[in-house]
Amino acid sequence: MNITKLMRLPATIGVLASTVLLASGCKSMIVFDPKGPIGSQQRDLINITMLLCLIILVPVLIIAAWIVVRFRDKKGNDAPYQPVWSHNTKLEIIWWSIPIIVILILAIVTAKYTYKLDPAKPIVSDKKAITIQATSLDWKWLFQYPDQGIATVNYLVIPEKTPIKFELTSDGPMNSFWVPQLGGMIYTMSGMATTMYLQADETGNYMGTGANFTGRDFAKMGFTAKTVSQSDFDGWVTESKSGGSALTEEGYQTLAKPGTSDRMTFASIPSGLFERIVHGYSMSRGAPPGYTLKAKTLSGEKALEDSEGGQLPPGNNAQKDSPDVGSFGSGHTYHKLDNHHMYHGK
Amino acid sequence: MAHANNHAFAHEGGHDGHHDLEELRKFGFWIFLITDLILFSTLFATYLVLHENTAGGPDAKEIFELPGVIVETFILLTSSFTSGLAVLAMNAGSQKGLVGWLIVTILLGASFVGMEVTEFLKLIHEGHTIHSSAFLSGFFTLVGTHGLHVSLGICWITALIVQLSRHGITEVTQRKVHITSVYWHFLDAVWIFVFTIVYLMGVM
Amino acid sequence: MRGEASVIDQIKDFASWFFVSGDPLIYGADVAIALTTAAIIFVLSYFGKWGWLWREWLTTVDHKRVGIMYIIAALLMLFRGGVDALMMRTQLVFPDMKFLSPEHYNEVFTTHGVIMILFMAMPLMFGLFNIAVPLQLGARDVAFPFLNSLSFWLFFFGAMLFNMSFVIGGSPNGGWLSYPPLSELTGSPGVGEDFYIWGIQVSGIGSLMTGINFIVTIVKMRAPGMTWSRVPIFTWSVLSSCIAIIVAFPVLTVTLALLFLDRFLGAHFFTMDGGGNAMMYVNLIWMWGHPEVYIVVLPAFGIYSEVVATFSKKRLFGYGSMVFAMLSISIMAYFTWLHHFFTMGSGANVNIFFAISTMIIAIPTGVKIFNWLFTMFRGRISFTTPMMWTLAFIPCFVVGGMTGVMLSVAPADFQFHNSYFLIAHFHQVLIGGVAFGYFAGLYYWWPKMFGFKLNETIGKWAFWIWNIGFYVCFMPQYVVGLDGMTRRINSYGWDTGWWAMNFTSTIGGFLMGIGFLFQVWQIAHSIKFMEKDTTGDPWGARTLEWSIPSPAPLYNFATTPLVTDRDDWWEEKERIAAGKMPKEKPKLEPIHMPKNSPIPFIQSICWFTVGFGLVFHWLWIAIPGFVGIALTLLAHSFNYDTDYYIPVDEIRQTEAKAGRGV
Repeated sequence: MNITKLMRLPATIGVLASTVLLASGCKSMIVFDPKGPIGSQQRDLINITMLLCLIILVPVLIIAAWIVVRFRDKKGNDAPYQPVWSHNTKLEIIWWSIPIIVILILAIVTAKYTYKLDPAKPIVSDKKAITIQATSLDWKWLFQYPDQGIATVNYLVIPEKTPIKFELTSDGPMNSFWVPQLGGMIYTMSGMATTMYLQADETGNYMGTGANFTGRDFAKMGFTAKTVSQSDFDGWVTESKSGGSALTEEGYQTLAKPGTSDRMTFASIPSGLFERIVHGYSMSRGAPPGYTLKAKTLSGEKALEDSEGGQLPPGNNAQKDSPDVGSFGSGHTYHKLDNHHMYHGK
Repeated sequence: MAHANNHAFAHEGGHDGHHDLEELRKFGFWIFLITDLILFSTLFATYLVLHENTAGGPDAKEIFELPGVIVETFILLTSSFTSGLAVLAMNAGSQKGLVGWLIVTILLGASFVGMEVTEFLKLIHEGHTIHSSAFLSGFFTLVGTHGLHVSLGICWITALIVQLSRHGITEVTQRKVHITSVYWHFLDAVWIFVFTIVYLMGVM
Repeated sequence: MRGEASVIDQIKDFASWFFVSGDPLIYGADVAIALTTAAIIFVLSYFGKWGWLWREWLTTVDHKRVGIMYIIAALLMLFRGGVDALMMRTQLVFPDMKFLSPEHYNEVFTTHGVIMILFMAMPLMFGLFNIAVPLQLGARDVAFPFLNSLSFWLFFFGAMLFNMSFVIGGSPNGGWLSYPPLSELTGSPGVGEDFYIWGIQVSGIGSLMTGINFIVTIVKMRAPGMTWSRVPIFTWSVLSSCIAIIVAFPVLTVTLALLFLDRFLGAHFFTMDGGGNAMMYVNLIWMWGHPEVYIVVLPAFGIYSEVVATFSKKRLFGYGSMVFAMLSISIMAYFTWLHHFFTMGSGANVNIFFAISTMIIAIPTGVKIFNWLFTMFRGRISFTTPMMWTLAFIPCFVVGGMTGVMLSVAPADFQFHNSYFLIAHFHQVLIGGVAFGYFAGLYYWWPKMFGFKLNETIGKWAFWIWNIGFYVCFMPQYVVGLDGMTRRINSYGWDTGWWAMNFTSTIGGFLMGIGFLFQVWQIAHSIKFMEKDTTGDPWGARTLEWSIPSPAPLYNFATTPLVTDRDDWWEEKERIAAGKMPKEKPKLEPIHMPKNSPIPFIQSICWFTVGFGLVFHWLWIAIPGFVGIALTLLAHSFNYDTDYYIPVDEIRQTEAKAGRGV
């Protein structure tokens, strides 16, 4: 078998395979099939990035293949051979500048989109945003609708064409909230509430998942984000309020214990539960009560106008005038996992 | 003095005599100090991030007592000075002066560590332990790491004094004295940062 | 009243948690480990090799032998990490597989990551450092041979401690970087995380020492005439990598120590309560973790540069640019760590800063690719195994780099983060960049280590199977990642539609496994049918290490070379070919050499003891270990008899045996 042919193989196979897969997969891959404004902009950004990279990638691979074929060491190869030619300022300036230019363009694009797609930035809409407070637990998601006074586990119902303000926290290890077709993810962290705005423009069932490893049954943390029309949503809220059971403090403590869970619906929630979950951890960082209601971003930047997004650095000076929220009566109890390994008797 | 200098570096010349080796070791020690500096920087960064997280417990203002710390600081600065004097004595070829100043240095170092241990014990006795809050975890770890470094330095210089009495001032022992004194000055510099960042800023 | 049975019960209780039980796979591994150990002991005793092992290997301070030991250990770890990978691929081949339990799967991906990066890539890299750098510099050894040996044994016993968790106490299962709060006692009450901490801690101290050692070696031990512009490019890459090591590894040491204090003394650095801040850990671990990936890839770049120049029979193009690019990558490595957690919501300005600093890395990397291409341009390329790996690296790394740039775009990363897209990216740059590079280096310097070449035919088979397997394995992972499959899930449902891609990926994974078996066969075959290399320069290479016999004699160079050119050996050969006189050599003198020492080996066992004791929180084991460390340190400090001279006659005899008149 001819060696040079072989040399071209991996390059071509690799590039062709990936481009074919990417091109044909664009239809089937859910990141490329967004159903909301945030996801669409992220898809556009991915496409721009890919295009910019391919501008360099394709010529380089072609040049590489040509050089390998042209200068192979075989009898009768009449290509020029200059064993000491090792420096050419003009050439080097060219290929220092090409990547610099491309990266410069990409940097500008990135900066623009980073501001535009700041997850804590409210989505402009004539409809009022709906707030959903998501808590990642071991190993399930609790979604509270504070305005509607209901809660769900492992599924979401949202009205279409309405901005949804997600407030995210964790009562356990750090997780990540991801509904690929609506837009990218943000971490859920104990003692902080991160904000992310998303919106679905079409009805349908969208896959959601926890995206940051949290232990044994992490893989069971998938959920469905069901998008329905406004009237169906209102109907669902009414139905849930009349049909389900109430979520109590004790009920929450039971729910928070490690284990998997089916879908659940709660007709009512204890007021201020979400704030208490956050606060149970944050107060140990010296933050005053109620800071989650008015948060600054971690980087200490001025929060974007009329958004209350981002998180607090531990122990920063949040507003002292916010309303007090009680904390859990007996502090937090931790549940150890059942596993067969030893405990340190702590 | 029978066993002074009995190993084979009588051989002169060559590109790799002993002198070069000692230079290498000094240079290597400087590189090691860079890594140690980064280690302390990381601890300082951790402390600064966590120092307000008192978990409802006491903060720096409430538990630090400056007078003792200022005395500690003076003791350590003085020991740095005496270790410098030891090197000067060595360069003048005085073994007695060298060993004498080294002994003074370790005594000062030991009293510094002693005061630090006393301070820690007092805090622990009052119930402010490493698991009271993130602030105290950071404090004990940062200051304790420095204290461990000083304790190691004391053991090291003690071992060096024994070697000096066996071998006298040779190229090898000279290099060892040099790097221990560099190490000692380094710990002094770190302590100045500890003093400023942990104690002074704490009680401000 | 439980009478005399209670002792038995206590022993049973103890054994039930002390030894990992309940999984037939682990029992199989137990048996395999016991059999292998017994076989090794039997062979050594039967052939009476214990003394030889102790004198020639365990106590050696010779950089060439330390390098060989590093490489052997790394290849063993490659096998173990590879088996882990295949277990994962088997579990994911179809939806709802029951091959591994969730806990076991979590342990497997954790150990796979740790082993491949810290116990495979790092030691393989250090092995190549040791083999090549002193020889390229024209030096007799590294700056601190004793420390070098200590580095190796610390790595070795750190790796042993980590691997022990597999059968004793339980493996870590919190991911390869062990993010708290999951890795705190609240999330991981077992001993696995402690094994993680101490296995890495002990070997990490060794890595730090190696970094210091090679910086001093390169700065201070260059042969006369070797100015900075004449230093071989691989040595430059090692220097840039070591600069990154000495800055990054202390951070790792501190981070692991703090996590251990949390677990051992109940401190509150990263806990959820008590004011701890888990995000601090994530920052700190990536301040080490990001430079770490450049630490392993820079030497690979150096190897590619050597190999490309040698097998294109042409000077390396753009030497100055190459060196500048490597040093700038080494420095930029510290300003990109946050791109591993854009999704933490640090605010737009922070994300923009780290996104752009990450993209900037692509510039010097891109320049290097062009320079390699133009080294081949107007050269004469011969397709030997090292060159094949290098040529395969270029397209692979360019595509991997492209996806890396895509990942660096912060808002887009919200869609890639923690998905299989990311997994595919970093495997593409770590396998296509690092592993290919080290394979190239291994094939390239193999004759220098052992005096014979590896079989080219089997090597090419291995190469093709590896490469095809690689693309089959990782290209589908990009797709499935964009389809919403997140990393570290132990199973998925039929409704996700991911199974076809996963099935393909698994086939590719097993192909790579077969490629590895081919490499094992290749080594065995080459040992059996040795093609002896008598020239010391089988490739027609360019730098100093090829100017001496293979394997290199104990003292490397009979007389210190005087360097007059960047490709000094190549120029020397050209001069001789043109009928000019070879360079004049100075007259022989006795050579000053370090003595072997048992202390590194013994001290590392003490470190192992400390680690083991602290894993189980048993101070009665840890404290004697600490005492042992202190005693060995003192013993070394008090030992003034550390070197000797090789007399001139002995040098003459050695050189004559290698067929060289002096």
